[in-house]
Amino acid sequence: MSPGLPRLRPKRQSPIERLLAKAPVHFLVVLIAFIWSLPTVGLLISSFRPQRDLLETGWWTVLTHPSQFTQFQLGNYADVLTSQGMGQAFINSLVISVPATVIPIAIATFAAYALAWMSFPGRQLIFAAIVGLLVVPLQMTLIPVLRVYNTLGLSGSFLAVWLAHTGYGLPLGIYLLRNYIGSLPRDLIEAAAVDGAPHLKIFTRLIVPLSMPAIASFAVFQFLWVWNDLLVALVYLGGNQEVAPVTLVLRNLAGDRGQDWHLLTAGAFVSMVIPLVVFFALQRYFVRGLLAGSVKG
Amino acid sequence: MPENLLRILSAILAIVVGCGGVIGVFYILNLGIERFPKPWPNHLLPWVYVGPAMLLLLAYLVLPTVRTVYISFLDSRSENFVGLKNYGFAFTDPDMLIAFRNNLLWLVLVTVISVSLGLIVAVLVDRVRYEAVAKSLIFLPMAISFVGASVIWRFVYAFRPEGSNQIGLLNAVRGVFGAEPLGWLIERQGILTPLWDWLQVPDISNLPPLLPVNNLALIAIMIWLYTGFCMVLLSSAVKGIPKDVIEAARIDGASEWQIFRRVIIPMIMPTLTVVSTTIVVLVLKVFDIVYVMTGGNLDTDVIASRMIKEMFNFRNFGRGSAIATILMLAVIPVMVANIRRFTQQEANR
Repeated sequence: MSPGLPRLRPKRQSPIERLLAKAPVHFLVVLIAFIWSLPTVGLLISSFRPQRDLLETGWWTVLTHPSQFTQFQLGNYADVLTSQGMGQAFINSLVISVPATVIPIAIATFAAYALAWMSFPGRQLIFAAIVGLLVVPLQMTLIPVLRVYNTLGLSGSFLAVWLAHTGYGLPLGIYLLRNYIGSLPRDLIEAAAVDGAPHLKIFTRLIVPLSMPAIASFAVFQFLWVWNDLLVALVYLGGNQEVAPVTLVLRNLAGDRGQDWHLLTAGAFVSMVIPLVVFFALQRYFVRGLLAGSVKG
Repeated sequence: MPENLLRILSAILAIVVGCGGVIGVFYILNLGIERFPKPWPNHLLPWVYVGPAMLLLLAYLVLPTVRTVYISFLDSRSENFVGLKNYGFAFTDPDMLIAFRNNLLWLVLVTVISVSLGLIVAVLVDRVRYEAVAKSLIFLPMAISFVGASVIWRFVYAFRPEGSNQIGLLNAVRGVFGAEPLGWLIERQGILTPLWDWLQVPDISNLPPLLPVNNLALIAIMIWLYTGFCMVLLSSAVKGIPKDVIEAARIDGASEWQIFRRVIIPMIMPTLTVVSTTIVVLVLKVFDIVYVMTGGNLDTDVIASRMIKEMFNFRNFGRGSAIATILMLAVIPVMVANIRRFTQQEANR
């Protein structure tokens, strides 16, 4: 509502009237938010309940006597972290996700700078091709890459998934960063070049610091993507439990031991804790990344 | 304990080597190039910067894609040329046809429901003071993996025989209304079948089910995951509409519905298109949910999960590649549209 204009409402509404007029809006928003949170809340509560209770009653029964703390325990978490290999999987997931985020950032930022501010033949064509690669289904690449990995003895290693995630993440990274770096003021970069600064200096002193918001967006996006990935880990890590990330271990718990509800609940939360922290701490960057790059599938 | 410490140390080492290695490569290459006599550095440097990216894109996306198309014309062990046989299989095998039907169901339902629900929430949430909290709660599932989401929903769909305590939310709710529990992930019947039976329309109830319960249960998970995504993108588009425009429409006597229909929708049309195509591409490739929840059993397979099955379980690389190629063909229109949009953007720069 623009402040300068006189309000041409037919009559002034009292606060209660306004509240009533808005009641359906409140009702719908609260209802949807409630329904959307319910499944996760249910799992969170379940993960603290003993196995016996879990199998006998629904999680909502704890709400009838919420202050009775003996109905909650941490046994499921202890169990799943130690004896079920979730602890090691957690470390594996970190070892996979951090380099699989940093490596594509480095490679994509260099490439984005070149595509935006260096002149060389085929520049536009290369970038158009990268835009096209954004939507290529991973499924299209699995069999040939796996075969090469098997020949080289790479499958089942961290290097295999780092490089694969880098390759799959690059189109989005280059796309996001090139658009951002390309929109930096031309005068700034040309002034630096006139002063005789070499490209590497312009890149590290000027481009990287200025592009931090875009880099952060891509970092959050890529990290969540890699951490939550099942397909790439499943195909390139195979059955190697030593290097399996949380998603793979959780899927094995769900598949082979589908009836161990207590392990599943705690396991799911162990796998979700880092993404949730990243999500809440860096939601702003995540949203910005989505806004800028919503062409990736 | 020392074993765990060793593990964490080697993890840190792996991270340092992995990350440091790449940045080191760029520095060394860059220093090397600058020793060349002029004007070589200026010609070579761009390729040092884009080179690693191009190599990786070639190795992981371009060449494998071409290779997969080629393998799709070979037999299961990629030894003999079989022509279009794998494609013949893909379009006639009864299980494949079910996968196509399911994918179509996924495409229509997930896209329509999550985009329209996201739009409704985006418009509504703009008018309440607790907007940030409501948005976070609906957006939250985006941070959860498909596997995690599948486990969460197992608890919603859990099924116990009639008479015992239900531990699944949905069946407990059914119980409150006196309905018998339903095996959400097992039930192949159409969700409307009881209605047709009750209306006594035998012609329809004899047809194969159009909306099988178990498929709908899986589709609901995807909708739960991606409505927040649609909401966030559409919400920022709705907020981008100048307030004057809406106020002007209001002064001209337009009702809230007319404003929504005639002002908001047309003005956010570009975003709506982008969001819908993103969801379409995502749904085409959906695999994890089906793989974890049902393993594709009981007629719940989709194209992407079928591809993994052919590749891993049956070791038929020809068929697997043919199915992947079909997926690829399905996203090509989106690809063309993206490139076209990009070239227009560049022309306007």
